[in-house]
Amino acid sequence: MQVEKNFEPTVVAFCCNWCSYAGADLSGNNRIQYPANVKIIRIPCSCRLNPMFILRAFQRGADGVILCGCHPGDCHYTSGNYFARRRMTLLFSMLSFLGIEKERCRVEWVSAAEGAKFAATMNDFVATITRLGENKKLEDLRCKK
Amino acid sequence: MQEVIKQKAIELLSSGKADRVLGWKEGEFFYDITPAVFTDVKEIEEKFVYNAFCGPNFSKYLVAESRKDGKIAVFLKPCDTYSFQQLLKEHRILRDKVYAVGIPCDGMVDIEKIRQKKIKGITGVTEAGEVLQIDTIYGKKEVAKKDVLAERCENCKSKKHVVYDELIGEEGDVLDSHRFDLVEKIEAMSEEERFAFWQNELSRCIRCNACRNVCPACTCEKCVFDNPASGIDQKAAADSFEEKMFHIIRAFHVAGRCTDCGECSRVCPQNIPLHLLNRKFIKDINEFYGEYQAGADMETRAPLTDYQTDDCEPSVILTKGDQ
Repeated sequence: MQVEKNFEPTVVAFCCNWCSYAGADLSGNNRIQYPANVKIIRIPCSCRLNPMFILRAFQRGADGVILCGCHPGDCHYTSGNYFARRRMTLLFSMLSFLGIEKERCRVEWVSAAEGAKFAATMNDFVATITRLGENKKLEDLRCKK
Repeated sequence: MQEVIKQKAIELLSSGKADRVLGWKEGEFFYDITPAVFTDVKEIEEKFVYNAFCGPNFSKYLVAESRKDGKIAVFLKPCDTYSFQQLLKEHRILRDKVYAVGIPCDGMVDIEKIRQKKIKGITGVTEAGEVLQIDTIYGKKEVAKKDVLAERCENCKSKKHVVYDELIGEEGDVLDSHRFDLVEKIEAMSEEERFAFWQNELSRCIRCNACRNVCPACTCEKCVFDNPASGIDQKAAADSFEEKMFHIIRAFHVAGRCTDCGECSRVCPQNIPLHLLNRKFIKDINEFYGEYQAGADMETRAPLTDYQTDDCEPSVILTKGDQ
């Protein structure tokens, strides 16, 4: 008998070193559960995120990409997340313009003290991506061989 | 107009105000106008042209030309002056090595559009006011100029020269161009329709890189697309993903610096409406961060190198109508 397998999405979370990565740590320390589908990639600052990284993640099989950084105003480098915010707004708008589901990318501000928020955000995001299903529009078939 | 500009070119060269003149000459066909650097008067007399096919924007050539010995004179149409000023702002052109002459432009003509009107065997085109007289091997034909304007000239954004040393003709105005109409139309489509539309357009891409090479905003000395390790450097490495990746990144790299000169769409051998991607970014920037026209002045900071503490959050996209 064939067992039907539930769809398990791959979610890439880019976390800034100073706030969100520490926030993820905190949620772990506090034993707050968040799905194992989330693969965290640490970046020095949310503004380190080249738009190409997001597309590359989709190419290599991610179903959703989320960027977490310090709250606006709290950037370790003073203004990095303000620039990241503008870039991501434009990039997400462009992805939507090209007909790619706009829920697949997200930006959330998570501070080092917000372990619970980190877990809640990830739970919500993974649920959204599970509902959306597999990323077909931006995948690269060569990477799935 | 051609004679006036030609005389000006000769005058600049013979008076020693410029050592070289950047202008247009005929290419393989009369409608295939190519940029040319003239160094002697005789050559200008024989070859210099300025007609309705002189599309090429010279701004990008000046990045290299202004670094050579001597001074170069250049002819700039109104929309070219925006690209020129944008490059000055980015310190890519050495201003004191360039003598810029602003020239008027009534819009450029697209030979493909003439052909689409079932006019075959074209041997020459002369402008007579609003009408183009076309010589063909089957006799003379006429067509209204506004019907065969190049796509970017249909929505001309400005007849104003924003920077020049000397102006031929009169100063024009910034126009109300309706250039975002088509972008809005695509935005109003459903997600699936948008995806199908762009899939159809972008899948024609042959990755010739002409759009990148011609773009006055693309002046990086080492381009990200020339990196063989990127996996997206050539068509041979392509599948449907690669095209989207290339075009998103190409448009993103010039976001906030693109003056909307429309060269990308003009040179595209596959007629992909690439300028729509750039216009989408311009429209978003105008909407989210206030009106901004790249190259319109030397002072304003580019939107992507600037920020406000109360900028909208990226989640604004989720709540923007269907789009």
